[in-house]
Amino acid sequence: MQRYSIFSLARNALTGHRNWPQAWRSPAPKPEYDVVIVGGGGHGLATAYYLAAEHGITNVAVLERGWLGGGNTGRNTTIIRSNYLWDESAAIYEKALQLYEGLSRELNFNIMLSQRGVLNLAHNEHDLKEMSRRVRAIRGNGVDSEILTPAEIKKLVPAINISKDVRYPILGASLQRRGGIARHDAVAWGFARAADDRGVDIIQNCEVTGIDRDGGRVTGVQTTLGPVKAGKVGVVVAGHASVLADMAGFRLPIDSHPLQAMVSEPIKPVLDCVVMSNAVHVYVSQSDKGELVIGAGIDSFNSYAQRGSWQIIEGQMGALVELFPVFSRLRLMRSWGGIVDTCPDASPILSKTPVDGLYFNCGWGTGGFKATPGSGWAFAHTIARDEPHPIAAPFSLDRFTTGALIDEHGAAAVAH
Amino acid sequence: MSGPQFRLSAGGRIDRAAALGFSFNGESFTGYAGDTLASALLAYGAFPLARSFKYHRPRGIYAAGAEEPNALVQLESGARSQPNLRATQIELYSGLNASSVNAWPSVDFDLMRVNDWLSPLFPSGFYYKTFMGAGIGTGRWWKLFEPFIRRAAGFGRAPAGPDPDRYERMNAHCDVLVVGGGPAGLSAALAAANRGSRVILADEQAEPGGDLLAGDRGIDGAPAMDWTATAMETLGAAPDVTVLTRTTVAGLYDDNFATALESVGERFGPDAPAHLPRLRLWRIRARQIVLATGAHERPYAFANNDTPGVMLGNAVRHYAGRYAVVPGRQVLLGTNNDSAYRTALLLAQAGIAVTLADARESPPAALAEAVRSAGIVLETGCAITAVAGDRRIRGAKIAPVRADGEIAGSPRPVDADLVGVSGGWNPALHLASHRGARPVWNEAPACFVPDDLSALGVRVAGAVTGAGALAECLEQGYAAGRDAARAAGRTKRIRKPVLKTDDGAAGAPIRPLWAVAGRRPGDRRGKAFVDLQNDVTAKDVALAARENYRSVEHLKRYTTLGMGTDQGKTANVTGLALMGMETGRSPDAVGTTTFRPPYTPIPFGALAGRDRGALFDPVRETPMFDWHAANGAVFEDVGQWKRPYAYRRAGESLEQAIDREVSAVRNAVGIMDASTLGKIDLKGPDVVTLLNRVYTNDWETLKVGRARYGLMCHEDGMIFDDGVTARLADDHYVMTTTTGNAATVLNWLELWLQTEWPDLRVFATSVTEAWATATVAGPEARKLVSDLDGDIDWSDEAFPHMAIRNGAILGAPARIFRVSFSGEASYEINVPAHYGLALWQALIGGGATPYGTEAMHVLRAEKGFIIVGQETDGTVTPQDVGMGWAVSKRKDFIGKRSYSRPDTARPDRKHLVGLLPLDSGTVLPEGGQIVNDPSQEPPVTMLGHVTSSYRSPSLNGGFALALLKNGRNRTGDTVHVLKLDEGADAARVVDPVFYDRDGGRLRG
Amino acid sequence: MLLIRCPYCGLRDESEFSCGGEADIARPLEPEKLSDAEWADYVFMRTNTKGRFKEQWVHTHGCGRWFTLVRHTVSHEHGETGVFGGVAPEADG
Repeated sequence: MQRYSIFSLARNALTGHRNWPQAWRSPAPKPEYDVVIVGGGGHGLATAYYLAAEHGITNVAVLERGWLGGGNTGRNTTIIRSNYLWDESAAIYEKALQLYEGLSRELNFNIMLSQRGVLNLAHNEHDLKEMSRRVRAIRGNGVDSEILTPAEIKKLVPAINISKDVRYPILGASLQRRGGIARHDAVAWGFARAADDRGVDIIQNCEVTGIDRDGGRVTGVQTTLGPVKAGKVGVVVAGHASVLADMAGFRLPIDSHPLQAMVSEPIKPVLDCVVMSNAVHVYVSQSDKGELVIGAGIDSFNSYAQRGSWQIIEGQMGALVELFPVFSRLRLMRSWGGIVDTCPDASPILSKTPVDGLYFNCGWGTGGFKATPGSGWAFAHTIARDEPHPIAAPFSLDRFTTGALIDEHGAAAVAH
Repeated sequence: MSGPQFRLSAGGRIDRAAALGFSFNGESFTGYAGDTLASALLAYGAFPLARSFKYHRPRGIYAAGAEEPNALVQLESGARSQPNLRATQIELYSGLNASSVNAWPSVDFDLMRVNDWLSPLFPSGFYYKTFMGAGIGTGRWWKLFEPFIRRAAGFGRAPAGPDPDRYERMNAHCDVLVVGGGPAGLSAALAAANRGSRVILADEQAEPGGDLLAGDRGIDGAPAMDWTATAMETLGAAPDVTVLTRTTVAGLYDDNFATALESVGERFGPDAPAHLPRLRLWRIRARQIVLATGAHERPYAFANNDTPGVMLGNAVRHYAGRYAVVPGRQVLLGTNNDSAYRTALLLAQAGIAVTLADARESPPAALAEAVRSAGIVLETGCAITAVAGDRRIRGAKIAPVRADGEIAGSPRPVDADLVGVSGGWNPALHLASHRGARPVWNEAPACFVPDDLSALGVRVAGAVTGAGALAECLEQGYAAGRDAARAAGRTKRIRKPVLKTDDGAAGAPIRPLWAVAGRRPGDRRGKAFVDLQNDVTAKDVALAARENYRSVEHLKRYTTLGMGTDQGKTANVTGLALMGMETGRSPDAVGTTTFRPPYTPIPFGALAGRDRGALFDPVRETPMFDWHAANGAVFEDVGQWKRPYAYRRAGESLEQAIDREVSAVRNAVGIMDASTLGKIDLKGPDVVTLLNRVYTNDWETLKVGRARYGLMCHEDGMIFDDGVTARLADDHYVMTTTTGNAATVLNWLELWLQTEWPDLRVFATSVTEAWATATVAGPEARKLVSDLDGDIDWSDEAFPHMAIRNGAILGAPARIFRVSFSGEASYEINVPAHYGLALWQALIGGGATPYGTEAMHVLRAEKGFIIVGQETDGTVTPQDVGMGWAVSKRKDFIGKRSYSRPDTARPDRKHLVGLLPLDSGTVLPEGGQIVNDPSQEPPVTMLGHVTSSYRSPSLNGGFALALLKNGRNRTGDTVHVLKLDEGADAARVVDPVFYDRDGGRLRG
Repeated sequence: MLLIRCPYCGLRDESEFSCGGEADIARPLEPEKLSDAEWADYVFMRTNTKGRFKEQWVHTHGCGRWFTLVRHTVSHEHGETGVFGGVAPEADG
């Protein structure tokens, strides 16, 4: 792998940038791999990377139906945070955040992690109580979190309206300073390049059409490029998890919904941290390019189309402009949709399955991006050892049978 | 700036009698009514008015419409300022004030231009390759550089204050929505209207006509705009036709729902008449849709093709024909197709010197003859290879080019101060794509066209299909309008019009040409831009290919091609065709990105419409609201309701007010407005069966005239609501719910009644707003209510705890529940809503102290009563909160099976307990996490949290409720509640009932 | 935004309705006889079909009635509706 640096940029500038190598190869699939990862999004690529980097398993293929990072990895609002209520959630999201903090260096690819802070607004007495509980739980888990007064919020976010004379006044906020945003595509590309460098075959435009089993054990997959044998198969396909589970003969506690997001035209810096509000349902940040990146709520119906309904966007904008009156004249430039796989307890599934050697990583709902490296790291362990990593164990499928759910709905009603 | 020297002396659709003064970058200009800001500025020359995104190169006006990549301006200042508007779409008004964006200190001298000179260091995606903080510390370099990059990025600025303007929404239905008012769209609208359809025709321009607005086309031997005028008259006279000008259809959605943005007051500027909204957002439901959205001209790339004065060829034609502006004396037109010949002829007629370089060896003979005889220099087999100059054009070069676009001979200089380039046409298939159309590569015009969507009720007509000839556009429009009307059920037969156009002889095919020079590494002839707005060059596309960012989506995301405010209208197809050339694939095989709504940007305010301020979400007020407001109430939001939190008297702190209210209830009598509690009227012979299934406890034994508390759970066994239900008659009950869950509970009942148990004969009706409710509580409650004028026997014997009575109070029909959430004797008096205030005032007159929600919270917490959503969070069972007594063993109910699951049956789950701080002066923090060992370093072992915590005037100290792991088995233990920063408060685990444990007080 | 034909009221905008997800998930008659896994299958597991999908909707801001709708979860095309426990009246529109 040719290392990227300011020096390699300068050197390549002298030769007109004609000598840059491929960021990753595009090999044809081999007939057999030790591990096949289905899904070339951030989580799948991270899984492949950590299989190679942490467990020495390099005879790995990542099979991607379309283009790398083309699912929710390339469609989310790029928010990273680890301020979760329950211990189990805090453990995996904080692991992810810590990995993010070193990821540009580890991958030698600038993912543009920007720890500009994530602000969660409270608009009523109930919100304030919830916020107090969350902040204290988060700090108990050793994760940074603090409480801000409206005046402190205004200082951090001058464009916000803290007037008491509005429909839902801002009464306070919690702030995770280490939270922020990162360049979503770069996360996928960085993992892809580093995994490829360690020998992982990344195969795009290769759709898995069947999961081969023999006596309760997985033996490989059928694909649009032919059969591929594998000792172990990890499925990381976000919105399509139920479809793949159906191929393997079981059901998941998952519904797929459209989730929309949008960006404004690029403007000069006006918002220096991520702002989220459960009560009026807003989450917004400003990208390095200057676009306001805004997330909407999910549509209530199930869908595998990457588009949602119009009224969701209208509702979203009322809330945004209430919070930020000066945004009224900024313009919506592009909206799009992704397919999120939602679990009943708003927590992911990272688990062995009824089929030996078949592992599923799904159910991240609206919050998968922030977990990407942690998810891949724990899933690689689960696959390599055929045993859940301790931080993955609580997210096993059997929790739906035992009742040991990790219900993050209580205070995470907002999608993000 | 010298005068408008480039305005032609005659022609155009401007009103020369209406001169309009305006200012740009502080300088004064004059234009005419009918001008855009762009045309008015071009009359003064093709000077730089913008700087590019990355390299800050000077840029001028490039196009004449929505596809403009360069000419972004900041319009007006202060709160009405609007960033990033395209000068090509701003209608000129008197006093208009605009300025350049993204330039510092000025558009003429921009320090960030240094980026251009350093550009070898900044190829596409350079930022992914550096600032990793190698060896210096995690991401430190990026932290240092990011603020600079942020400040350099972005175009205009957000306004300085809240938006003073108003936005409206309009809903509309029609048989046929026609998008685009060019020849195809007008023809479609006429056909649909003639069939008697309800038609909406939307066109983004100030006047319909589309390409015909250039004024050089003819229909039936007359100027084509005459035909347009007649068509508009016909449509205007049709009864069911709505023509929306200045209206851009922005998005198409499922079931032919369309959104369109109409510019209303906007075009008058800040002095717009007050009665006009600035913009109006149309929400149109159309049975059928005809897309006559036209096509955008695309350029081919050559060295320095971003120099001000390089424009799209057809933009040159439109400025000349529609606005009578040609910002140059010597025009070089480069083309690979027939369309530029019209431009050349129009310019020649205006006396401009024109050189036409056609990349094709053999253009159609008739066209060649026509231009030559008009004195135009025609160079065939040649393309523009470069222009010279920086802030304006100082000449250009042309040369023969090979099939791949590379220069095949030595370039020859051509004198030119204005360059128009036409590389073909890209159908505007954005809207078709929103409805799922797959772009299909069409070889002949070398463009993507939408596939057939007629099964969805969407038809395309005109240039969007790749059609070039006017006759073809008219024909397709007519057919699409007719078919759409028929599909919408309008079957009236009409006669097809026969129109003769000036198309002339059949043309010759295009010679696809994407980039001339500038593609190869090491090519030092200058940058050849593909995406002007985002500064993406042909070399950047080649670099993306080399690094294997070959998917069209990777190309877009890696290079930012097509990601600008123009969404790549002039750039995308060229970019992917170049990618195809780099990787040996046809454009078809490279594929297109998916077009996303909106077609052009929409202000957030227009999307929010009137849903602002108080209308953002309705406020619900009880009948006693005004009294509360007049008597010191501090309100809190509970759902949509405003509830009094406490009533503050003069000189009183909030805490003092709450203490006073609590003491009043404990020692005398208080009243609370409980009107917001949900009330569901249940009637029918099977109500008791329903109650048995949705509540955890038994309902068979509830007698008429009595009330019972119930817990409601989901199938996962977790509590989701609670409340009291009373039996009014054999088959008549009323259920109360929490304030926030009133609608949720009704929906829950209906869901089960309708989908699972349709055999149950129950009617459920929300009666929350029908009643006003005052809770009268305290040792003197009975005395107070007994003094009310009425017919109710309030004695404990006649009206015991958990009984209900109907009667008359103050002459109003009343329904009284003797239930208690405070622990005192308590009556919830319900009267029809409009008697609420009278009842309230009578109770106040009787000496009651009003108390708010916070005093209520303290009172109920002293009794260990839970609040759903505070003691519970969706993970708490009835057993967890010590209400196993309310869970029936004898019957099935929703959620019951879940209690025997291993985790739910654990004996050491988190239980509701009481906590008493060892220091009675301490009030434990709500949400505080409970630990055994306060000295543990994070991550600490958290055993639960404080759910409610107050200072109790009755207990004379702090007390709390908490969920604590294995809590019921830890009574007497000392635990520690962590403070926010450091340290902890010690507390003793106690029973959660702190006050009057045997309940003597509430029974009388 | 979908245009949904309520069997009781006729064609109305999607914003008048709420979607209740997969239809025909029958509540077990004797939950206590189910294994934990069987109970979990009823409470949590979903088919989440990619393709034609029968789901239940309620006309929240209209007649308040639940009904079933067959909708394709990729194209969003929809058609056939059904009512619960009876026959819908003739709907207009």
